[in-house]
Amino acid sequence: MANPTVLSFLQVAAATEEVAPPLRVVQIEGLVILKIIKHCKEFSPALVTGQLLGLDVGSVLEVTNCFPFPIRDEEEEIEADGANYQLEMMRCLREVNVDNNTVGWYQSTLLGSFQTVELIETFMNYQENIKRCVCIIYDPSRSNQGVLALKALKLSDAFMDLYRNNNFSGEKLREKNLSWVDIFEEIPIKVSNSALVSAFMTELEADTPVTQCDYDRLQLSTNPFLERNVEFLIECMDDLSMEQQKFQFYYRNLSRQQAQQQTWLQKRRTENMARKAAGEEPLPEDDPTNPIFKPVPEPSRLDSYLITNQISNYCNQINGVAGQSFSRLYLTKALHEN
Amino acid sequence: MATNEQSVLQFFPSTTSLTAKVHPVVIFNICDCYVRRPDQAERVIGTLLGSVSADGTVDIRNSYAVPHNESSDQVALDIDYHHNMLLSHQKVNPKEVIVGWYSTGFGVRAGSALIHDFYSREVQNPIHMTVDTGFTNGEASIKAFVTVNLSLRDQQLAAQFQEIPLDLRMVEAERVGFDILKTRMVEKVPNDLEGMETSMERLLALIDDIYKYVEDVVEGRVVPDNKIGRFVSDTIASIPKVEPAAFDKLINDTLQDHLLLLYLSSLARTQLSLSEKLNTAAQIL
Repeated sequence: MANPTVLSFLQVAAATEEVAPPLRVVQIEGLVILKIIKHCKEFSPALVTGQLLGLDVGSVLEVTNCFPFPIRDEEEEIEADGANYQLEMMRCLREVNVDNNTVGWYQSTLLGSFQTVELIETFMNYQENIKRCVCIIYDPSRSNQGVLALKALKLSDAFMDLYRNNNFSGEKLREKNLSWVDIFEEIPIKVSNSALVSAFMTELEADTPVTQCDYDRLQLSTNPFLERNVEFLIECMDDLSMEQQKFQFYYRNLSRQQAQQQTWLQKRRTENMARKAAGEEPLPEDDPTNPIFKPVPEPSRLDSYLITNQISNYCNQINGVAGQSFSRLYLTKALHEN
Repeated sequence: MATNEQSVLQFFPSTTSLTAKVHPVVIFNICDCYVRRPDQAERVIGTLLGSVSADGTVDIRNSYAVPHNESSDQVALDIDYHHNMLLSHQKVNPKEVIVGWYSTGFGVRAGSALIHDFYSREVQNPIHMTVDTGFTNGEASIKAFVTVNLSLRDQQLAAQFQEIPLDLRMVEAERVGFDILKTRMVEKVPNDLEGMETSMERLLALIDDIYKYVEDVVEGRVVPDNKIGRFVSDTIASIPKVEPAAFDKLINDTLQDHLLLLYLSSLARTQLSLSEKLNTAAQIL
């Protein structure tokens, strides 16, 4: 029976959980990759999600199966439906001996604009139930260029601490030494296949030396992709400058308040001197009821951090695609000269 | 001739123009289910989902295993399970309907007719796909069948499984890359530049091959093949004729565009690190 072995694996995982070695590698089955790609591509450009099933073995998280979620509607009754669907699917898959342990979720993205507050919230939700979970991001728009745009992400522990306390003031961030690069941790992906699948694929591989992948890679028109990337980049830049303005506003308010406090204090002091000279009790040097002592709320830095992350992501993509295009252009040039 | 048409033994439908196309995820799923089958089970069977296009091509895009029990002359299929799973799948993608069923093993077996009967009630003219996970003939044989009924007058006598062509060219798998799918373990998913490199290398090797072939033909070492010659000339003719000046301009313009973008993105990055520094400086104040 496959079940007892699965259970013993789980027990092993549970036993090692106390030590909790850090998650090093996500090992994905080829089946899962194909399933994710199929689901994401069929619904592209709509963004879809699904659940990952697998095993947690030491520092390796094995993703052995997955199932898609139906596209969610806003209504509440449908939400309960979604939970039912999830349970039903898990039950059915268990019956055919699929690993019945949630290890995270996958989602599709458009040009890598996945770094959002929603993703962080979903991650925190998962994290509550599962010690180690992972989010796999797939970008269908990039697969047309012959790139397998799969990414495994998790939130860093330091960031999760801060997020739980909902504390994103500059001071706290400085204390933890957390910059925008440290929010997401990318985990290297390994791909594994069962011997049976590997045998089938070797048999079925076509004899032609050129595959679809090569055609896609050598495609010369990357302009639409780059254009959209730059468009998103500009939008993000706008957002970022909005955030910056918020901060400037905050600092201006802060310094104005400090100046006000100073003048008030000075006035109080001269008043107290006068009272002392007159032989009266001095007044206290701070007054909590005065509105100028109310602290100005500091805006959260989370948004600007996330936007910064997105911008750097777009930059990376532009660099990658431009690099590919250079090689293609020189290739075309060489071909023409011959 | 005494026999009138009614009493002739006949196949219905007499000919089929069906062809099937299979998505790699289906093969992967079947293999996975087979690996995870219960101890005593000899084979796994399951439902195939997909769509039928107007020209009779059946596109098999998804599948799920259905638990079953098999003894010498009867098959018990978990019909509840089948229906639950179907409902769940339809919630995600209502466009995928039942197109047939699969079984592991080589070719059609005794119990197959019974299961096929069941699926015939679910959908008209289901496809039966067999995946030989045992590599009986030393090769991976994947076959698709439909049944044709043998009838005498109105009476149905038997059903015959007839093989139909199955398209195993899996563009989707090629997109991912066979290098990843056919090996037991890949340490790292290639990034875009590495992928480009492999493609370039392959292209170079191909050009070298052709070069060598042409040279051999010219030298008289190899008997020329008109077909290959035509392909080569077609390939060369497919390079568009552009004036060298215009071509240079085209290439240079695109290069400039890309350089500009690179510059822009590095500028943005510099800006980011600068603003981070300024922010921390502001915090210290």
